[in-house]
Amino acid sequence: MSSINGAAVRFEKVQKSYDGRNLVVKDLNLDIAPGEFLTMLGPSGSGKTTCLMMLAGFEPATHGEIFLNDSPINNVPPYKRGIGMVFQNYALFPHMTVAENLAFPLQIRKLPKSEQDAKVKKALDMVELGEFGNRRPIQLSGGQQQRVAVARALVFDPDLVLMDEPLGALDKQLREQMQYEIKHIHENLGVTVVYVTHDQSEALTMSDRVAVFEDGVIQQLSGPDELYENPQNSFVAQFIGENNKLSGTVTAVDQNTCQVRLQDGTELAAEAVNIQGVGEKTTISLRPERIEFDPKESMQNVVNGTIQEVIYHGDHLRVVMDVAGNDEFVVKVRNRGDQRELKVGQVHPLGWAAVDCKALDFTG
Amino acid sequence: MASDLTTHDGQPLHKSLAKALRREKLRALVLIAPLLLFVLITFVSPIADMLFRSVENSIVPKTLPGTTRTLQSWDALGEELPGEEVYASLADDMMLAQELKIHTRLGSRLNYDQPGIASVFRKSGRQVKKIDSSAHLDGFIQSNEIWTKPESWANLRKNGLWPGAFPASSTAWSNWVRFMKSDEGDDVDLSEKTPSGLAYSALYFDLQKLSDEQWRQLTDSDNETTRAMFNGLREASAQFPAANYKEQFLDMHDGWGKLDNWRTLHRLSPPIVDSYYWASVDRERTSDGVVHKPENERIYVKLFVRTILMSALITLMCILLGYPIAYLLATLPTRTSNLLMILVLLPFWTSLLVRTSAWKVLLQQQGVINNILVWLGVVGDDGRLALINNMTGTVITMTHILLPFMILPLFSVMKTISPSYVRAAKSMGASDWTSFRRVYFPNTIPGIGAGSILVFILSIGYYITPELVGGTKGVFISNRIAYHISSSLNWGLAAALGSILLVAVLILYWAYDRIVGIDNVKLG
Repeated sequence: MSSINGAAVRFEKVQKSYDGRNLVVKDLNLDIAPGEFLTMLGPSGSGKTTCLMMLAGFEPATHGEIFLNDSPINNVPPYKRGIGMVFQNYALFPHMTVAENLAFPLQIRKLPKSEQDAKVKKALDMVELGEFGNRRPIQLSGGQQQRVAVARALVFDPDLVLMDEPLGALDKQLREQMQYEIKHIHENLGVTVVYVTHDQSEALTMSDRVAVFEDGVIQQLSGPDELYENPQNSFVAQFIGENNKLSGTVTAVDQNTCQVRLQDGTELAAEAVNIQGVGEKTTISLRPERIEFDPKESMQNVVNGTIQEVIYHGDHLRVVMDVAGNDEFVVKVRNRGDQRELKVGQVHPLGWAAVDCKALDFTG
Repeated sequence: MASDLTTHDGQPLHKSLAKALRREKLRALVLIAPLLLFVLITFVSPIADMLFRSVENSIVPKTLPGTTRTLQSWDALGEELPGEEVYASLADDMMLAQELKIHTRLGSRLNYDQPGIASVFRKSGRQVKKIDSSAHLDGFIQSNEIWTKPESWANLRKNGLWPGAFPASSTAWSNWVRFMKSDEGDDVDLSEKTPSGLAYSALYFDLQKLSDEQWRQLTDSDNETTRAMFNGLREASAQFPAANYKEQFLDMHDGWGKLDNWRTLHRLSPPIVDSYYWASVDRERTSDGVVHKPENERIYVKLFVRTILMSALITLMCILLGYPIAYLLATLPTRTSNLLMILVLLPFWTSLLVRTSAWKVLLQQQGVINNILVWLGVVGDDGRLALINNMTGTVITMTHILLPFMILPLFSVMKTISPSYVRAAKSMGASDWTSFRRVYFPNTIPGIGAGSILVFILSIGYYITPELVGGTKGVFISNRIAYHISSSLNWGLAAALGSILLVAVLILYWAYDRIVGIDNVKLG
C-alpha cells in the first residue's frame, strides 16, 4: 500500500469524521519532504487542525493511513511518535519552571542529568531566554511563553515539529517578529515543520509550501509565490491576498487564453486556468496591483470604471471603482507624488494584461 | 512632591481621595451591615458564649460565697478536714441556697467532677435549717446586751472597717438579707431585726482576725454604740462557747467528712476553672496533680482520635471515589456531563435523614446488600456482614453523603486544566500514566485540597449520620457533645469538647497551610 519515497510525512487517502455523518477531512493525500516547512492554511472549520491532530496522534483517522518516515503510525500512540508540538495556548506546565518544562521531555527519555542541563541551556539560549529558566510560565510575557513553547518542542531533537496556530495570541508586531524567529530556527536546525494557521500572510512569509484547506480538501498545494500568482481556483484566489472578482461567460477558448463576456457585455481576454468550456460560466480573478490607470498599448483589456472612493494608504492609494457592474472593484495606485487628482465620480479607463487575469471556477 | 498635590479647590489630594474613598467604604459597610449584624447575633455571640462556658464556673462562688472564700486558707493537700470557720460559712451559704433552692443545681455541677457529691448537697439541704447556731450568738449577748438590738448591726455596717475587715460578716449579712427577702417578700422591713446566729458566728470568726490596731479603732471609736459593742468583746470572745458546725454537718451527711469532696469544692472555688478541659482529655486534677482517669472512664481521647481517623478515612474515600467522577465530568461533552452532574447533585435535593435511613435499609443484616451477597453465595446465611451500627456503616454512609463536596471543587479545578497540557506531555513522549502523574495530577492538587478541607471539616463535626448508623463503635465526638448538651446537661463539658474540636480543626488547617499552602486551594 505504501511506497518508500523518503517523505517525512505522508497522508494517504485519509478521511476523518467526528459524528459519522459528515467528513471533516475528505480524501487527504499529502507528502511532506524532510526539512520542509509546510503550512496548512485555511479558514476555521476547514479541517487543517484535524489533520494536525491526526498526525500528532490525538485524533484517530477514520480511514486511510498516515506514514512517518515511511512507517505507518495509525496504531502508534502519540507519546511514541517523537513529534514535537507547539500549541496555540503554549500549554506550558504551570506547576513547573521554564527549565523544568524544557527538561520534561528529556527526563521522560531518561537522559543523564548533565546532558539534560546542557540541552535545556542550549534550547533556552536559542530562543534568547537564557536567564528565565527559574521563572514560572505565568511570570513571562506572551512572546516569551511562546518562545519557551518552541524551545520545548525542539529540545529533544525531534525530526518533525507541529505548530498549531502558535502565534494566534500575540499582537501584530510581536507576531511578525516571531515569524522570522521561527523561520530562522527552522533554517538553522533543518527540522521538518508542519504549521497550521488561518493567517495567510503568516503562511506566505514562513513556508516552503502551503496547503490551502477548505471544506476538508486541499484546494491548492504549492509555494507561496505560485499560490499568489497562479491560484488554481476562486477560493484560493479569494483567500490569498487581495482579489477582484468579475463574473461572466466563456465565449471562446484558444489554448491558454479565453474570451469572457461579462454581464454588462464587456469582453475580456483572460488566462484559462479552471474553466468548463465555451458557454459555461466563470469567475475572473484579478489582483488590484496589476491594474493600470493609464492603459499601455500592449494591454489586451481596457475597461472604463467610475471612482467610488479614494483611500489614502501612504505608500499607495486604494481606489474603489465601479467596473462592469462590480462596485467593489479595487485598484491599487502607487504613490508617485505626481499623481493626478482622483475624484469620486470620475470615469477612468483601466487596463491590464490577459495573463494577469485568471478565468477560474464560477462562484456567483 | 506628591504630597503637595492639590485638587482644583485647593484641598490636598490625599485628603480629597480619602474623602472620596470614605464614602465608598461607608456604602459598602451599610450594604453588609444587615448580614454582619445577623452573623454577630446568631453565630458569633453564641459561639463566644459557648467557648466561655467551657471555663465558666461562677455557680460555685455565687452559691457558696462564704465557703469558697474561707476555703482559700485551707490546706487542700493536707489530710485534715477544714476548720470550724469553713463549716460555719457553709452553714450560712447552705441556709440561703436551700431557701433559694439552688443547692441541688450546685450539687449537679460539682457532681461532674466529684460523683456522689450531688446527693450530699441534696440531703443536706433538707436538714440545714435545723442547724443550731446559738453558740456564738449567746456569747455575744452575754458580752453586751446591745448585740440583741438591731442598731448594733446598723452601727457595725456604718463603721469604716466594714466590709473590709469583716468579710465573713458582710457575706453573712447579705446572705441573711437575701434569705429574709426570699422568705418574707421583697418589702420585708429588716430595720427591727437582728440577723441569725450564723451571722454572729461569721462575726466571731472575723473578730479573731482583727489586728490590735483595728481593735483599738473599734474600742476607741468616737461612736458611743461602737464602744459599747466592742469594749471587752475581745476578752469575752475568748471565752465564747465553742461552735460545733463541723460536728452537725458530719451528723447530717458523712460526705462532709470526706476529704475528696472538700478538695473538689476547693478546686472549683474560682469563677474560671480548667476542670472541663481536663475532663475532655480523660484527666482530672487531684491532690497529686493532673492524673489520668481510671481506665474504664476514659472515653474522650479515644473518641477524638476515632473522629479524626474516621474523618481522614472518609476524606480519602471521597478522593478515591470522587476523582474519576470529577475527571469524567470535566472531560465529557457538555450534554453528557450535565446529566452526570445532575446525578452528582441529586443527593442535595434529598433530605439528609432520608438518605441516611436509606442506608440503614441497605446495610442492615437482613438488608438489601447482605441479601444480595447471600444470594450470590459470597457469604453464607449465617455469616451476614455487620455493615451498620459500627464504623463501617458510618464510613460508608458519610462517604456517600459528603462525596459531592469533594467532586464539585475537583470538577471546577479540572475544568480549568486545558486538555493541551496532557497532549503536550504526550507529544514529548510521556505515556498516559506519566502524563497523568507528572502533569495532570499536580494541577488538580488545589481541587483535592479544597475538597479535602471541605469534607474533613464537615465530617469531623458531623452528628446526625453517625448517630443513626454508627451504633456505639461508629459515633463521633460530636455525638458525645450532643449528649452533654441535651441529655446530661453538662454544658461546660460540651463546650470544652467543642472548643477542643475547634482548635483541632484550626491546627489541622494551619498544618495544611504550611504543607500545601492555602493559596493552592481553589473552589473554581
